[in-house]
Amino acid sequence: MSTSLEGYASSRRLPGDLAMWFFILAELSLFAILIIAFGVTQVLRYEQFSASRQLLDTSTGLALTLSLLTSGLFAALALQQVRQTRQRRGALLLLAALLSASVYVWLKLSEYAHLAGQGLGLEHNTFFTLYWLLTGFHFLHVLLGVVILGWMAERCRRRAYTPGSHSGLESGVLYWHMVDLVWVLLFPLVYVLN
Amino acid sequence: MTIMNPHLKFQSQAVAKPYFVFALMLFVGQILFGLIMGLQYVVGDFLFPLIPFNVARMVHTNLLIVWLLFGFMGAAYYLVPEEADRELHSPKLAIILFWVFAAAGVLTILGYLLVPYAGLAAMTGNELLPTMGREFLEQPTITKIGIVVVALGFLYNIGMTLLKGRKTTISMVMMTGLIGLAVFFLFSFYNPENLARDKYYWWFVVHLWVEGVWELIMGSMLAFVLIKITGVDREVIEKWLYVIIAMALITGILGTGHHFFWIGAPEVWLWVGSIFSAMEPVPFFAMVLFAFNMVSRRRREHPNRAASLWAMGTTVTAFLGAGVWGFLHTLAPVNYYTHGSQLTAAHGHLAFYGAYAMIVMTMISYAMPRLRGLGEAPDARAQTVEIWGFWLMTLSMVAITLFLTAAGVVQVWLQRMPADGAALSFMSTVDQLAVFFWLRLVAGVFFLIGLVCYLYSFRQRGRVPVAVAAAAA
Repeated sequence: MSTSLEGYASSRRLPGDLAMWFFILAELSLFAILIIAFGVTQVLRYEQFSASRQLLDTSTGLALTLSLLTSGLFAALALQQVRQTRQRRGALLLLAALLSASVYVWLKLSEYAHLAGQGLGLEHNTFFTLYWLLTGFHFLHVLLGVVILGWMAERCRRRAYTPGSHSGLESGVLYWHMVDLVWVLLFPLVYVLN
Repeated sequence: MTIMNPHLKFQSQAVAKPYFVFALMLFVGQILFGLIMGLQYVVGDFLFPLIPFNVARMVHTNLLIVWLLFGFMGAAYYLVPEEADRELHSPKLAIILFWVFAAAGVLTILGYLLVPYAGLAAMTGNELLPTMGREFLEQPTITKIGIVVVALGFLYNIGMTLLKGRKTTISMVMMTGLIGLAVFFLFSFYNPENLARDKYYWWFVVHLWVEGVWELIMGSMLAFVLIKITGVDREVIEKWLYVIIAMALITGILGTGHHFFWIGAPEVWLWVGSIFSAMEPVPFFAMVLFAFNMVSRRRREHPNRAASLWAMGTTVTAFLGAGVWGFLHTLAPVNYYTHGSQLTAAHGHLAFYGAYAMIVMTMISYAMPRLRGLGEAPDARAQTVEIWGFWLMTLSMVAITLFLTAAGVVQVWLQRMPADGAALSFMSTVDQLAVFFWLRLVAGVFFLIGLVCYLYSFRQRGRVPVAVAAAAA
């Protein structure tokens, strides 16, 4: 009994670096403030928010969500492969994650271009001010994530991560899951919920 | 000067000493002018027309900036050779630049005191490239050019040392901070006619210094001293440093928005400024956790207790002054009433003292005994006096902050909250605040006593060392 408990305890070790968890906590707090600001303003300016939301394309939002979630899945699978000493497969899965994230980047940039073309910029109204702030700040995180995924894929290919030592990979994947998580909250908040 | 100092890893680190000594001399000047101004708040014509209030204020704030710059440069000259594991590229250049910067600084301050400001502008040819007349950046254009020259020479010297030596996270963060400091200062040369635009660029210097790149300098100095006094693994300390600087930059750069609330900038800044600067306390809080965590995990008992106290003290005071007192009035709906009030002054005092004055004194406390050839630490008596100085200065500054905060709250109540017509005028409000200003002045006198204690601790240190140095040799 005690042995299995110990085994359980060791498998419950915090993956990645404690510093990364602290960073994620700080980042999530920042996003939480942004999300609360959006939610409260929606209550105060209900009409404007529901009218402006009609101008967003929900199917694009759904495609964005799927591409990001798929990327997160690939990253998680890559980590699993590395833990089983299959670095090459891990590297390929990280490349797949990178590709899927690039789809997100491309979709998001087209959406931005479309909205800017219609004159729905940062200063159009409060809804769009917050839309650009929330999604724009998140988008910067996605761009950083793309760089991290690429860097990790390269290190993985060079077998820099081993089952015994891959805390850097865990930290990177953790960051990427955070970016996923935030988008999963942003998508319904900004595109769907009225 | 050929005598070897056995307590320095590299002999060229010794160039830090004149920088630290001169920084502390200017610090004394800053406090004296602070006291003059503190008295002028309640006795309006004190020293008039010899030193008008606006001149005293200019000298007080300019001395602060210049002594901190001297402190940062001294810190860099001490820290970079040790981190790079080699001698400084050119100790001679460092000494020449010291004298150039010191002479320029002294002449500028004398100019402020002896010549009317408009006369100083005319004398120094301000009309050729007008940069004067803006708060904190009052220096004549020629002084500003001098600062750039000194900064370039300094960065060259430090940069060459780093390029040829070992590259560590600490020295890279320090270098990034110092380059940022020099780059953002360049905005002080751009002075658009339009006041709103002028304010944008002015904040690029002021805000991106103190809430951006200076935080990198502070973080790296703190990390360096913590490695030395705690013996904790560099790897652990560097990881914390990464998190701190990432958060400082994410929140600090966009946090600039909190200065664009009421200067005619677009409405989006109300959101950006409020939200991102609401998170600005986070990196300061991380520094508190960092310092206390490292000290509690220490692998050795460093004999310099005073340096440890400064290292922990600077993080707590910076968190309170920059983090908490900044947050108090950073949200746009609050700032609508509080901007430019005594609350701003309260925040400014505790933030500058806690984050920057104290980090420089942390470095001085750690490095000075070695620079003076006394060993790792001064004797127990000198440390006791230094610790008295620490508490007197810090508690006095907290008192100054609390009195100014009380003054600020009353000011907002009387001058900002009432409807037009019912609100008191600025000067009538100031009359109502006199009691707080008197109390602040008393706290200021205690601060000066603390500073005298602190300086006196250096004299005490001179006694023991002979034996210590002999033993070490």
